Amino acid sequence: MTLTAQNSGNSASNARLPYDINRIRRDFPILKRDIGGVPLVYLDNAATSQKPVQVIAELTRFYRDHNANVHRGVHTLSVEATELYEGARSKIAAFIGASDPHEIIFTRGTTESINLVAHSWGRKHLQAGDEVVVSEIEHHSNIVPWQMLRDERGIVLKYIPMLPDGTLDLQVARSLIGPKTKLLSITAMSNALGTIVPLQELIPLAKAQGALVLVDGAQSVPHMAVDVQALGIDFLAFSGHKMLGPTGIGVLWGRMPVLESMDPFMGGGDMILNVTMEQSTWADVPAKFEAGTPNIADAIGLGAAVDYLSALGMDEVRRHEIEITDYALRRLGDVPGVTIFGPMDAQQRGGVVSFELEGVHPHDVGQVLDTKGVAIRTGHHCAQPVMAALDVPATARASFYIYNTTAEVDALASALEAASAFFGVRA
Amino acid sequence: MTTGSLLDDLYREILLDHYRQPRNHNPLDAPTCSADGSNPLCGDQVRIEVSVAGDRIVGISFSGRGCSISQASTSMMTEYVKGRSAEDARKGIDAFQQMMVTAESPGIEGFDDIEALIGVAKFPARVKCASLGWKTLEQALAGEGGAVTTDERSVEHA
Ligand SMILES: Cc1ncc(COP(=O)(O)O)c(C=O)c1O
Repeated sequence: MTLTAQNSGNSASNARLPYDINRIRRDFPILKRDIGGVPLVYLDNAATSQKPVQVIAELTRFYRDHNANVHRGVHTLSVEATELYEGARSKIAAFIGASDPHEIIFTRGTTESINLVAHSWGRKHLQAGDEVVVSEIEHHSNIVPWQMLRDERGIVLKYIPMLPDGTLDLQVARSLIGPKTKLLSITAMSNALGTIVPLQELIPLAKAQGALVLVDGAQSVPHMAVDVQALGIDFLAFSGHKMLGPTGIGVLWGRMPVLESMDPFMGGGDMILNVTMEQSTWADVPAKFEAGTPNIADAIGLGAAVDYLSALGMDEVRRHEIEITDYALRRLGDVPGVTIFGPMDAQQRGGVVSFELEGVHPHDVGQVLDTKGVAIRTGHHCAQPVMAALDVPATARASFYIYNTTAEVDALASALEAASAFFGVRA
Repeated sequence: MTTGSLLDDLYREILLDHYRQPRNHNPLDAPTCSADGSNPLCGDQVRIEVSVAGDRIVGISFSGRGCSISQASTSMMTEYVKGRSAEDARKGIDAFQQMMVTAESPGIEGFDDIEALIGVAKFPARVKCASLGWKTLEQALAGEGGAVTTDERSVEHA
């Protein structure tokens, strides 16, 4: 028996349907919800995306029909569960252009993936004085693990600065990345500002110094085509829950020779070849990094999410997001009192619009919007260095995905006008 | 409950009035104690300066930036404690915290305006905004100076 996801949009040869937003929206049951009597307008996709019925059904199907532990049994259910789990690994490998599914390590998410690299690669290969280069627009999950390693090992952490428009200072990057640089660890897209980082310019700078490159793909893999081989990187970290998949599952992709050079992350079952009372030997990659019973069901759910996105086509996803972001930049720009942060060209920004409403604190903006059914994010977005650079305590942030419409942007804009009026800042 | 009444419940007119025109917002010449408070999750910050003579609070001021609820609640707090004994101020702090838990009037003298904040109790995410100024005052009166936060679990996922 061969098991494949039933929604099976996994074939690139399938003739692609035109981008039909109404059909897409019907796949997401939560979009029919109302919030205190008004329709939900979900604009917090950079935090987490909603889930289509195809993913929800796949989770249910696994638990109803195939649930068993993986890699451990000869019985039928265990064989089926293993086949589904490994099948998800293969789908994800294909989705990001990895040549070998064994290069896909399942983690809890981006945060765990980056910590895995800091722990298993960093502790093995970095010495005092070695430099890790990140940027000022990183999510805390790509700052804190390196600060911890710095404090433990005496490595040096350097930051590519942000320019006032939210883009990175490439001039400084050129002088920052040097012979002591051992790793460039950089986001592909800022979750706080939406800035798309010009990886094709930064990666060669690191490569020219013999450094490895880790890309934080938490905001890029869900929203645009990402090909690890074309990029020429060494690690890619991303989270399932931001790309239609379940929470609690994410991915670290690494180049096989690099993964093989690393020590395990955690010790336990499934990651060993042989254990005696004195010592153990490690299993091969990826098992070496997947100690204990993995998150089987959610990995399979993520496989279904990848099928869904592949059927839409990542280029179509990106095209839709440029369209909606471009509309939002213009529409919100017209709302009195709104200041938008970050690059103003939708080609240079993902589907994220961070802004401030004059005289109304972001937290109050979020509260008023909630009464209109509009869900946005307010706060520092786990990017406090960005807030410090902009000299704001927090921002309000709307972020879009495949199912958002221009009508929803209009709802956001009028809710903002209502917020201004409510706080009496503008008559 | 309709959208309008839900909002009106949270943002009562007296609260908006304190937000737009904060009271006791000028720094003191010679404070006897002070403390800083912050709520990193939403970026609220307040600094409270107090002048105590004998056991009486003869002067108080606050500065900072943050959401309407944190700033208005702090403004109301300064009006409440000014001229009272430190002992009474501490009773007020306890009564306020109690009110945020029970959503009921503590029935103490001088709390009429402050009771406009009862609606906040229904919005768990905002209780820490409302409490910030009060906790910071507590810290200042304890003579510990330093910094407090109403958000020990400073977690946020983006
Ligand atoms: C750019 C970026 N990096 C890392 C993360 C961390 O992801 P997670 O919380 O799923 O581990 C996020 C989102 O939270 C993000 O937006």
